[in-house]
Amino acid sequence: MTLHLAVALDGAGWHPAAWRAEGAQPDRLFTAGYWADLVIEAERGLLDWVTFEDTLSLQSSRYDGPDGRLDQVRGKLDAVLLAAAVAPLTSKIGLIPTTSVTHTEPFHVAIGIASLDYASKGRAGWRPRVSGRPDEAAHFGRREFPPFDLANQEFITALFEEADDAVEVVRRLWDSWEDDAEIRDAATGRFIDRDRLHYIDFEGKFFSVKGPSITPRPPQGQPLVTSLGHGPGPYEFAARGADVLYVTPKDRDDAHRIVAEVREIEARIGRTGPPLKVFADLVVFFGGHKAGLDELDGAPLESDAHVFEGTPAELADLLQDWDLEGYRLRPGVLPHDLNVITRELVPELQSRGAFRTAYETADLRGRLGLARPASRYARVS
Amino acid sequence: MTLDRPAKQIHLAAHFPGVNNTTVWSDPRSGSQIDFDSFKHLAQTAERGKLDFFFLAEGLRLREQKGRIHDLDVVGRPESLTVLSALSAVTTHLGLAATVNSTFNEPYEVARRLASLDHLSGGRAAWNVVTSWDAFTGENFRRGGYLEEADRYTRAKEFLQTVRELWDSWAPDALTRSGGEFVRPGGIGFFEHQGQHFDIRGRFDVPRPPQGNPVIIQAGDSEEGREFAASGADVIFSRHSKLDEGRLFYRDVKGRLAKYGRSPDDLKILPAVSYVLGDTQEDAEERAAEIRRAQVSPQTAILFLEAIWGRDLSAYDPEGPLPDIEPDLGTDVSKGRAQFRRDRAETAAKWRALAAEKNLSIRDLVIETATHQTFVGTAASVAEEINTFVQTDAADGFIFAPHLTPGGLDDLVDKVVPLLQEKGVFRTEYTGPTLRHHLGLKELS
Repeated sequence: MTLHLAVALDGAGWHPAAWRAEGAQPDRLFTAGYWADLVIEAERGLLDWVTFEDTLSLQSSRYDGPDGRLDQVRGKLDAVLLAAAVAPLTSKIGLIPTTSVTHTEPFHVAIGIASLDYASKGRAGWRPRVSGRPDEAAHFGRREFPPFDLANQEFITALFEEADDAVEVVRRLWDSWEDDAEIRDAATGRFIDRDRLHYIDFEGKFFSVKGPSITPRPPQGQPLVTSLGHGPGPYEFAARGADVLYVTPKDRDDAHRIVAEVREIEARIGRTGPPLKVFADLVVFFGGHKAGLDELDGAPLESDAHVFEGTPAELADLLQDWDLEGYRLRPGVLPHDLNVITRELVPELQSRGAFRTAYETADLRGRLGLARPASRYARVS
Repeated sequence: MTLDRPAKQIHLAAHFPGVNNTTVWSDPRSGSQIDFDSFKHLAQTAERGKLDFFFLAEGLRLREQKGRIHDLDVVGRPESLTVLSALSAVTTHLGLAATVNSTFNEPYEVARRLASLDHLSGGRAAWNVVTSWDAFTGENFRRGGYLEEADRYTRAKEFLQTVRELWDSWAPDALTRSGGEFVRPGGIGFFEHQGQHFDIRGRFDVPRPPQGNPVIIQAGDSEEGREFAASGADVIFSRHSKLDEGRLFYRDVKGRLAKYGRSPDDLKILPAVSYVLGDTQEDAEERAAEIRRAQVSPQTAILFLEAIWGRDLSAYDPEGPLPDIEPDLGTDVSKGRAQFRRDRAETAAKWRALAAEKNLSIRDLVIETATHQTFVGTAASVAEEINTFVQTDAADGFIFAPHLTPGGLDDLVDKVVPLLQEKGVFRTEYTGPTLRHHLGLKELS
């Protein structure tokens, strides 16, 4: 069986001291060239897609707020714009930026991702991210959040309900123009057939959005929606609105337990359409550089995901052993660990018949075997 | 012309053809208004002509007429900053200007997106600050409408001020990236803004943009708009494309700068203009008339009239005379466009008088009143006219809005720009990397 491989790009890599590693390029982190080099490398390795991390606050080693540290990478660029800046320089690889569904207007998200889908000719995806931190909320000043506490279930449940609505609005906006809405009919003087444009009339507990989008339906119809989850609440969020779910199993058994749990949730909420593609996230280090970086950072790397250290062949063994549909690899150090993925892991998997030897489709949905959906508003003729 | 000073250098910018009737989609050469290749063609043409920048407009709700989505003009466009970011990869020097609404956005996001574009493009970003006031557009946003008209500029002003505070919160030398230190202590300042419209605090997450502050553009002709531009904009788009009006506007706006401690060179005045070239003057005028006719289809003519009259006039013949019935000033049939909001009674009276005087049909009247081409002539005469405008202080340059996607800039760049270069009033090569540099604005650290 062949598997899917995505790579998560973030700063200098996923180790907090990655910028101090040999071969790291801390001086280029805020340049287009740095990101273009990485994504072109990932495309050379025939990877399914790259994701771009983002939050609306400075990076932090704490999950609940700023840490004041200056010895790690601080500062970043907007993920949608980063993805757009590499779109014209690549032609096959998927581009999936992260945006906040808590603070960013769903309308802006919908037109941004649709525009990325146009700029990339059908390779855009989206990772909606819930923001619960009070410091992030204070950057917007529109509401006050309590101190972040994972035990505050009521607050977290409400954030995810709001996020459900945001994803629903974005998806409706993408469908709000039917594919053939632009008619350019000189005889009647009409550029569009306005019966094929639709108000989405979304009214929810948290906000209302009228529509239609200002941007015509994106090339893929519905760009690929991917979501990261660590437990039942986020799994349910993904089951309601996403196409792909990234999870963080500790080992093979954990991975299969999670997939079973996700399938139960899908059945319980009555998910229609294809089941979620469940990808495991793994932080990966090739070679012995992790220990030295831990020392520089003052503590061993902590991660929500399993941390792999070893050779490409050992990682290939693990990926086959875990036996999931796909994986999102988080390179510990960029560009080093990405280069090993594309130049050593991929050939290893190819030699085992477990990875593509050429891109089969240009669009991102097609790569996962997902059809281009008709607009939900299209009349059945 | 002889003046006691060296010739002024002209600034030229290009506008992606808009979503209104001036963009002709019925022409067989008219391409997609949404495919990236159209944007790429126009931007690369602009860069080939060494233009200062490429500009995208924005509208966050589709326009409506008589309660239905307006269907006669080009409809549908992508999100400006996303497209410009993609264009940054296929251009090297061209400035990239995005219109972003200050009513339906928050300062933190606008600041980080513009700073990001500035980083990704190596210092080529500009922001056209617009405000809107309507609950109609607000229906697309969780924050909803709606600002009193008088609050628009106070919000815009505070918005811009806040965005600048965020950009300035990172020291220019914050990033040390050596030894064990990525950022130097104190390099990322705490921001705190408490005002009428915004109450925010924290730390900004994008390093200071290469230009310091991206270029600020303002388009607006009202008293408040002029004052807003004088207080903080780097470029102003005006509508004054006639020589006399242009000089008055130029003198007025430049005269307002001193009280903000700014010099006349700190604000560039660029009227929005169109052009039609021909081999001879007569040829150009013939083409111009054809274009104007294409810009006003029979259906568009009725629509313009309905917007003024506030009534359904679909039963009238566009090639026939004006209706006898009077405008219904209590009803507003057109939503999402500002141009019809004021003075409908006065406009109707003027139109009646003009139609009577020249014996014009509805369509001819609309062509006469609602279409306008600034420069019509041979390449040589247009170049001469452009130069006269600038040298006599009616403008610092122009922003060209072509009527065709994607080929509408080709003639300007291939035929007019070389003549301006020959006159020594327009650059033959870019001489610096940033948009601030192209515009001759002060460099910020």
